[in-house]
Amino acid sequence: MNIKSVYFDNNATTMVDPAVLEAMLPFFSERYGNPSSMHDFGGAVAADVEKARRQVADLLGAENDYEIVFTSGGTESDNYAIMGTLAFFREKRHVITTRVEHPAVLNLCKRLEREGYRITYVPVDGEGMLDVEFLKKAVDDDTAVVSVMYANNETGVIFPVEEIGAFLNERGVPFHIDGVQAAGKIPIDVKKIGCDMFGISGHKLHAPKGIGALFVKRGTRIRPLLYGGHQERGRRPGTENVPAIVGLGKAAELALRYLPQEAELARLRDRLEKGILEKFGNVSVNGSRTHRVPNTTNVGFEFIEGEAILLYLNEKGIAASSGSACSSGSLEPSHVLRAMGVPFTAAHGSIRFSLSRFSTQDEVDYVLSALPEIINRLLEISPFWDNKEKKGKPITV
Amino acid sequence: MWEYTDKVKDLYKHPQNVGTIENADAVGEVGSIVCGDALTLYLKIEDDVIKDAKFQTFGCGSAIASSSALTEMIKGKRVEDAEKITNRDIADFLGGLPEQKMHCSVLGREALDKALANWRGITLDDAHDVEGEIVCQCFGVTDALIRKVIRENHLKTVEDVTNYTKAGGACGSCIPKIEDILNDELKTSPGVAAAPAAKKPLSNIRRIQLVEETITDVIRPILQKDGGNIELVDVEGKQVMVALRGNCAHCLTSDVTLKNLVQEKLREFVEDDIEVVEAR
Repeated sequence: MNIKSVYFDNNATTMVDPAVLEAMLPFFSERYGNPSSMHDFGGAVAADVEKARRQVADLLGAENDYEIVFTSGGTESDNYAIMGTLAFFREKRHVITTRVEHPAVLNLCKRLEREGYRITYVPVDGEGMLDVEFLKKAVDDDTAVVSVMYANNETGVIFPVEEIGAFLNERGVPFHIDGVQAAGKIPIDVKKIGCDMFGISGHKLHAPKGIGALFVKRGTRIRPLLYGGHQERGRRPGTENVPAIVGLGKAAELALRYLPQEAELARLRDRLEKGILEKFGNVSVNGSRTHRVPNTTNVGFEFIEGEAILLYLNEKGIAASSGSACSSGSLEPSHVLRAMGVPFTAAHGSIRFSLSRFSTQDEVDYVLSALPEIINRLLEISPFWDNKEKKGKPITV
Repeated sequence: MWEYTDKVKDLYKHPQNVGTIENADAVGEVGSIVCGDALTLYLKIEDDVIKDAKFQTFGCGSAIASSSALTEMIKGKRVEDAEKITNRDIADFLGGLPEQKMHCSVLGREALDKALANWRGITLDDAHDVEGEIVCQCFGVTDALIRKVIRENHLKTVEDVTNYTKAGGACGSCIPKIEDILNDELKTSPGVAAAPAAKKPLSNIRRIQLVEETITDVIRPILQKDGGNIELVDVEGKQVMVALRGNCAHCLTSDVTLKNLVQEKLREFVEDDIEVVEAR
């Protein structure tokens, strides 16, 4: 096996697909017109922007192309959806989200709390599954918007958005989905889900960074975040980032084409997960193993610390990520794992491997062959591991 | 990714003195699996000399490197000399640590305290790193430890205290107490803010050396965390000319950065009447 590097951190960002790059390149050189211009030089480019809009609409199952608004990425999409809805329904002061959202939503909600909004954070169970009944009970006449992620970035766990959508439609409450970690990994049909807004990020599905989109269902009451020109029908002014938009369109088209291969991706992920569970006695999977996206596994190694594992993996050319305190820059392990009630003994040693359609079986096998030396070395160093008995020492927390 | 020095990288990859000592004369256990880092230090002491030191660590790269550094620093030293080692010395041995990782060096120093207390037959309560009252419930940090670390490292802000001890880094409810301790220390210890290394009057060459060192070791890492940078342009007497780079170059609050960070740190570590101006 002649492998120099393995990138298993695709929930953080993905490689730009060569076909996406190829589609983008002309828009940096000969096709640099402004889509708003009245001459053909710009008009032709405007047609490419509209083509990309259609490609994204197809990926999300949107009925109308104009329901797609291009943004700078997932964070802006989330902020536009929530802030834009609140700006319309000024009299309503209640927002519902979950305890395990991405910081793009969580930190916005914390900010809103400081501004006097009432925020309900819906809990999850030990498998990372959302307490939907809790969410339903939390909805009241003052609820302006409900914002829930489709798939969790750390565990890959998928939330029952259709059930939530049906309930909220009945109640007439705007429903926003952060779909960043779902797009390109599982089939999406915004009509079937019944959501009003659905955000995606380009760099999570093999498009470049700095481009995203928000599906805004026809008739949704929402105000723009930015004010300026007429671009995006006034919903997101500013000269369009044409190369990136074209790239996102192409990436969406490819994502749709490759979706049938998700079972193969899940097989690779399962091979990795099964291999890890078989090799080590001090490891468990964080999150549901049945309701999750096909590319993600989050495993918690007991008695050793996640950042140290990442550093040792990095030495072997393997890229992954961790929910440990030390790796995050915070002093506590990931808010997702804590919300799930994952014991500290495993949360501090959590490692997320996230694959992509470019991942190979050889790469999986390389990671499995590299891990024992790393894990055993760190166990040897750990004060919580009995090197003679080859097991963890009793820990009183 | 953290910016670790080559020394830190070398020591977390190839830590020295890992393991236990059978029939150790002293054992010091600090931290816990809940806190995210823990260190057990084993010492063999003969005739007041530390003949051998080994460790086991649960923690990140800088925790492993700090533990390894500590054992290297104390082996062969007399106990009275080993006791003089501060967390700053451990960080210096490593060529520096990211500010948010300084608590790893403090962990090492605490383990040494505990081991030597154990050697002397003094039992420190597990919940007390050193004697004192628990201030931070989340990480079990005492007021005595906070005070000690403030003094030894000339800390000035709650964020500094968190970086060095973890206190205040979780639920945050102890932050007002930390602020009280800080204010108390800054009030009662005028020496806290005094320059540790500067012997006045400085020669021009020594002043330039200290300015360069302070910019490299203290100021630049802080700016780099926000995508900024700084260059030393010139030193004329006590006037230091610098150029802000990266995100700092076009930051609306660059004047505040120059006065409240760059000038303050240079006054702290070089001379207390240094003037910083931006080279245009």
